[in-house]
Amino acid sequence: MNAASDLGPALLEVRGLSKSFGTLRALQEVDFTLQAGEIHALLGENGAGKSTLIKAVTGVFPRDAGIVRLSGTEVALRSAKAAVDAGIATVYQEVNLLLNLSVAQNLYLGRQPTRLGLVREAEMRRNATALLAEFDLHIDVAEPLGNYSVAVQHIAAIARAVDQSARVLILDEPTASLDRHEVEILFAVMRKLATRGIGVVFVTHFLDQVYEICDRITVLRNGRLIGERKTAELPRIELIRMMLGRELAETTSERAAAQVRQAGELCARFEGYGKAGYVAPFDLALRRGEVVGLAGLLGSGRTETARLVFGAERADSGSATVDGKPVRLQSPRDAVAHGFGYCPEERKTEGIIADLTVRENIVLALQAKRGLAKPLSRSEQDEISMRFIRLLDIRPPEPERPIGLLSGGNQQKVLLARWLATAPRVLVLDEPTRGIDVGAHAEIIRLIRELCNDGLALLVISSELDEIVTYSDRVIVLRDRAHVDELEGEAIDICNILAAIAASSTIGAEAGQA
Amino acid sequence: MRRLPPVAITAIVFVVGFALCTAQFPNFASTRVAANLLTDNAFLGIVATGMTFVIISGGIDLSVGSVIGFTTVFVALAIERLGVPPLVAFAAILLLCAAFGAAMGAIIHVFDMPPFIVTLAGMFLARGASFLMSTESTPISAPLYSTVSDFALRLPGGGRLTSIALIMLAVVAAGAVLLHFTRFGANVYALGGSRATTALMGIPVGSMTVRIYMLSSVLAGLAGIVFSFYTAAGYSLSAVGVELDSIATVVIGGTLLTGGQGSVVGTLLGVLIQGLIQTYINFDGTLSSWWTKIVTGILLFAFIALQQAMLGIARRAGPRKAGVLKS
Repeated sequence: MNAASDLGPALLEVRGLSKSFGTLRALQEVDFTLQAGEIHALLGENGAGKSTLIKAVTGVFPRDAGIVRLSGTEVALRSAKAAVDAGIATVYQEVNLLLNLSVAQNLYLGRQPTRLGLVREAEMRRNATALLAEFDLHIDVAEPLGNYSVAVQHIAAIARAVDQSARVLILDEPTASLDRHEVEILFAVMRKLATRGIGVVFVTHFLDQVYEICDRITVLRNGRLIGERKTAELPRIELIRMMLGRELAETTSERAAAQVRQAGELCARFEGYGKAGYVAPFDLALRRGEVVGLAGLLGSGRTETARLVFGAERADSGSATVDGKPVRLQSPRDAVAHGFGYCPEERKTEGIIADLTVRENIVLALQAKRGLAKPLSRSEQDEISMRFIRLLDIRPPEPERPIGLLSGGNQQKVLLARWLATAPRVLVLDEPTRGIDVGAHAEIIRLIRELCNDGLALLVISSELDEIVTYSDRVIVLRDRAHVDELEGEAIDICNILAAIAASSTIGAEAGQA
Repeated sequence: MRRLPPVAITAIVFVVGFALCTAQFPNFASTRVAANLLTDNAFLGIVATGMTFVIISGGIDLSVGSVIGFTTVFVALAIERLGVPPLVAFAAILLLCAAFGAAMGAIIHVFDMPPFIVTLAGMFLARGASFLMSTESTPISAPLYSTVSDFALRLPGGGRLTSIALIMLAVVAAGAVLLHFTRFGANVYALGGSRATTALMGIPVGSMTVRIYMLSSVLAGLAGIVFSFYTAAGYSLSAVGVELDSIATVVIGGTLLTGGQGSVVGTLLGVLIQGLIQTYINFDGTLSSWWTKIVTGILLFAFIALQQAMLGIARRAGPRKAGVLKS
């Protein structure tokens, strides 16, 4: 399967690696092979196990089973430092250098040239300048690193790693916050390193970048190895199928016949709405009684779109109208005042307040909307929470139970109840079925349909394409932080969505990153 | 230089303050006043140098005032009651202080406890222990003490640069070299930037933490010895609140209270500013000495506000060097 057999021992070889967190099996018997001088993409959706693989290999946490060989020799790395000493360096998305120190200190911290215990500052700066010049970076190394852009910081981190005789360089989403020009500089550095015989592992979710720079691709899904291919031999649509786990043969659309409904009146409209470096400007119309699905890979701009719509990020272009009147959505507070609700993806950190009771969690948004001057009486709170517990069938039906003790599906229902209590016009649901067991899953989807029939406008984000197909009246497809396609009615099926995601388009990528 | 701006402002405050004092009292600008400024604040300068390291590394040391008090009592009792030679007593107390600081640093690192709490416990412990030894002021009459107090470098204009002022200047100079020109110093800044990142870069964070608190406690012990020279006595209530004075001094000296930025030279300027206010009050003769605290408080507010404003500006400006990339 891999090329290791005909090239002698691979630079980095991982065999049968497994890792569990409690009952969750994060990695199951994963193999991974990295050759010297290649740029190797490690791809997968959220929860596929990319980060777990990196951390298990570099010793950040122990592995349950499996072996790691470096140039044919088995190694057991127990800490990040041991990995660096062995020649495996990792550059994370958040730069792990010290922004308050000078560039030169960052490059040589802990190994500065000294004489009689004193750091030879001039020599260190000369070395730093020369080292960065190898990467075509010509900057004043005496300045604090924090004065430079993220791209420079990444290159400095790479330079430090390479200078510490790294043979394996792992780049974990280094391009997520870079603009196009900076990405090109980084790619030039990566290519240069590859020609020097260093093996580069590149984790990203920008597929265009994968096809631009990577020699081979390894895809993980749900903690398992799906396959390893040469980039040149892997068509884009095939790659996406590997990542999302859909065979075109099984895409029997489950769309209910009753779904053809006439679109209701326009409820909110966004025109040319966008934010530079976040999401390219898009047009979006939300109508009463209609579900709009947002489909795309992780990092394609789905959540970003939702956050713009809800005012959690400020748009820097375009206009929004609600019920025909222009509005400014500068903050979630503005959005709530105009009848928007948002159930975020990170239920545990951004949604529920685990120590508060179900009742308190339900009345939270309504109370915030009314303002603190008009408190809801206890009996009103009880009435509201009981009504929604009954309506959404929240179990156990005990309003005084801390929400943290409920199952994921029931927590999600409480969040829905929170926003429904404010009688919203528009409800944004980000991954409403993530981490919910199968039974509750179907129920949430049924609820989505019902809400829609009650005249609510819904904007739903989901990685589950069959789910999106099931409930959406319209599907907007995103890629590389831009809205690239819109499917309606009969055109909504998994095939078409996949094709839209896969369509190669550098225009979209550049607009998203400009 | 990257550390210049806050220090420069401290320097300007000092120069302007000195000029104002001179304008009002022509005698002010003399080597006598300058030398007294250094002598009277020698112990503060020493302890604040140690505090500079702690604060730049992102920590705090509340125990230093108590350690000074403990040291004066320990030294006085050892010399006067037990007849220990002064130099032996000094060596013993410095070793004891080193162990005390190392223990605090180890607890902070191993149990991942906030330095505030650990050193607060250290503060009560050291103060309590000094009361346990003696509750009364013990005068010290060892010959070494009079020798040290008599020694001074005569400056033109009648000023006497005393031995304790010289010790303080030496400590500041050595501290500046250690902080700005050694790997140890670079690691101190690194810790203040981000502990987790520093660990990821392969710096032994635990041993650094131990050594930083050790340094602070040893310098507090040295400050205690200097304080005992200054007062020629050991008293368990001496140097109450000096931990707060030294924190104020460090912050006025331009060191970021959240760590990662600062300088020893700034701390020396901070000491001089505090001394300047006291001297002005002495010259004036009518003002209550509590005005020192009030002016220190105002300056502290001003410097913290300034730091926040500068951080805010830096954040808004964002990375400004994005354009220097050449490809």
